[in-house]
Amino acid sequence: MLVLRKLARDIPALAGLLIVLFVAAVALAGPWLAPHPGDISASHLLQRLKPPSPAFPFGTDNLGRDLLSRVILGARGALEVALVVVGAAMAVGVPLGLIAGYSTGWLSEIVMRITDVFLALPQLILALALAQLMSPSLESAMLALAITYWPFFTRIVYAETRRLRTALFVDALQGIGAGTPRILLAHILPNAISPIIVRATIGLGFTILVAAVLGFLGMGATPPDPDWGLTISQSRTYLPRAWWYATFPGLAILVTVLGFNLLGDGLRDILDPRLRRSR
Amino acid sequence: MLRFMLRRVLLALPSLFGLLVITFLLIRVVPADPAAALAGDNATPEQIARIRHQYGFDRPLVAQFGLYIVDVAHLDFGESQYSSRPVARDIAERLPATLELTVSALLIGIVLGVPLGVVAAVHHNRWPDFLLRVLSIGGIAVAAFWFAIMLQLLFAMQLEWLPLRGRISDGMIAPAGPTGFLLVDSLLAGRIDAFRDALRHLALPAITLSLGGLATITRFTRAGVLETMQKDFVLYERAVGYPRRRLIWLYVLRNSVVATVTQIGLLFGGLIAGAVVVESIFDWPGIGDYTVQAILTADYKVMLAVTLLIGVIYAVVNIITDLLHGLIDPRLWDQL
Repeated sequence: MLVLRKLARDIPALAGLLIVLFVAAVALAGPWLAPHPGDISASHLLQRLKPPSPAFPFGTDNLGRDLLSRVILGARGALEVALVVVGAAMAVGVPLGLIAGYSTGWLSEIVMRITDVFLALPQLILALALAQLMSPSLESAMLALAITYWPFFTRIVYAETRRLRTALFVDALQGIGAGTPRILLAHILPNAISPIIVRATIGLGFTILVAAVLGFLGMGATPPDPDWGLTISQSRTYLPRAWWYATFPGLAILVTVLGFNLLGDGLRDILDPRLRRSR
Repeated sequence: MLRFMLRRVLLALPSLFGLLVITFLLIRVVPADPAAALAGDNATPEQIARIRHQYGFDRPLVAQFGLYIVDVAHLDFGESQYSSRPVARDIAERLPATLELTVSALLIGIVLGVPLGVVAAVHHNRWPDFLLRVLSIGGIAVAAFWFAIMLQLLFAMQLEWLPLRGRISDGMIAPAGPTGFLLVDSLLAGRIDAFRDALRHLALPAITLSLGGLATITRFTRAGVLETMQKDFVLYERAVGYPRRRLIWLYVLRNSVVATVTQIGLLFGGLIAGAVVVESIFDWPGIGDYTVQAILTADYKVMLAVTLLIGVIYAVVNIITDLLHGLIDPRLWDQL
């Protein structure tokens, strides 16, 4: 509750929260909100490439499909990809960070060196290469993105666990004979949750962005999926005449990612008192 | 200082070794049949068998890894399917174009980002700060490929102020020079027409690529300046009535740039990766465009070489950044 009250006073962060809630609502209610929900796969060749008008506020694409409907229907896919990727990256990265941070010696060294190597590789190129090697599809793209994103969580959780490992309350727990899993999961993890939440929020925005790039380059969603990146890629043949075709899906990406980033940035300032001074 | 450098280079070695292991696993273990993958889609079974033997896929994995390291050490990445030329030669020819683009983008980011960061810090928590905060987060949130298309749409297609794609106009003969940077080489050759043409071609891709860096530099400069403003010497100077503008732009800024320098180093690696998308949209004949072609045509040798190259650039830039850091603040030398 304290977090919410502080969030309400931080205008950019509040704007971020509202955007995220709005996009989530659109994603959930997409099929009911979209004026032409059938336009996921239908085509109406008589109304190809119509500019924005009251009937089609975002115009129509080269198959005569309503772009507003497709932008709305694309929100669900974008959020699904982001949630699955970040969830999978957390499921791998957080336990590794806990183990590497709590243990000493070779186990910790090996985990962290592997993490460093992954962090030193360019995510986008690694994801593109992996997606291609696993034969291009939305599933490959998601797996590739998860493989490139887990090290961020490992790094953060490792640092927090290292810091807490020598804390007095951990000493006390060890003294009364608490088991390692219990110390890690019930006591250290809850103390490390703030930076994880911040990283996950920013990660959701980042993943939507990279997934859009994969879709744009033909390494992600496949037609007739209303994926935003894929739509922009399809629009390139019809420029400059059909300016609306590329513009609106891009704005959807921009607004969504902006929402997650503003929220993540605001949460970092609120949840992490050590960083607050630098603001 | 020598010890510091040596240690720093030694510390990078395990990472580079890990890079070799990962790229090796990527190309040899992830695809079901690496020989078939390397041979391409139209290969006959005999060709696949020959490649399997030629690359040593019929030998134990450790022996294969040894062969792989020997190849990499000789910069021998084989021949590109896409251009049917040695991959190393393609890369050497395309690298200057990418460096010219990334360095330009970085310069735009620094020249605009540092002053904007100072302005945001000076107006802390008032409207210029809020505006710049939203803009700098927006700079990271915008999809570069979309922004590039929007710039093309407006400045190249509608207004026709700038060229749509490429590095130099078709009829123009690019001046050959020692640096491979068209802007520098054309000036050295005294070709003002070529310089103007190259600059016009560079503008849109460089602006697109600079966005993310500009946002990051603005944010770190702002944070650095805010922290320095809390220092006692600033309070003293203000108390004795030292001109505020001079104080901020000269003394506060100079004491605030350390963190920004680190970020600029980190950014450079990111810019090279960002160039992948930007180059492919603007048909910029660099490494990024080459990478996209390689990925779309499943040209594994090129993918491998490019991933290694970018990994090495990351490592080298990290070392240089640490050295710069040490030069700015010699106390750090003892810490490593």
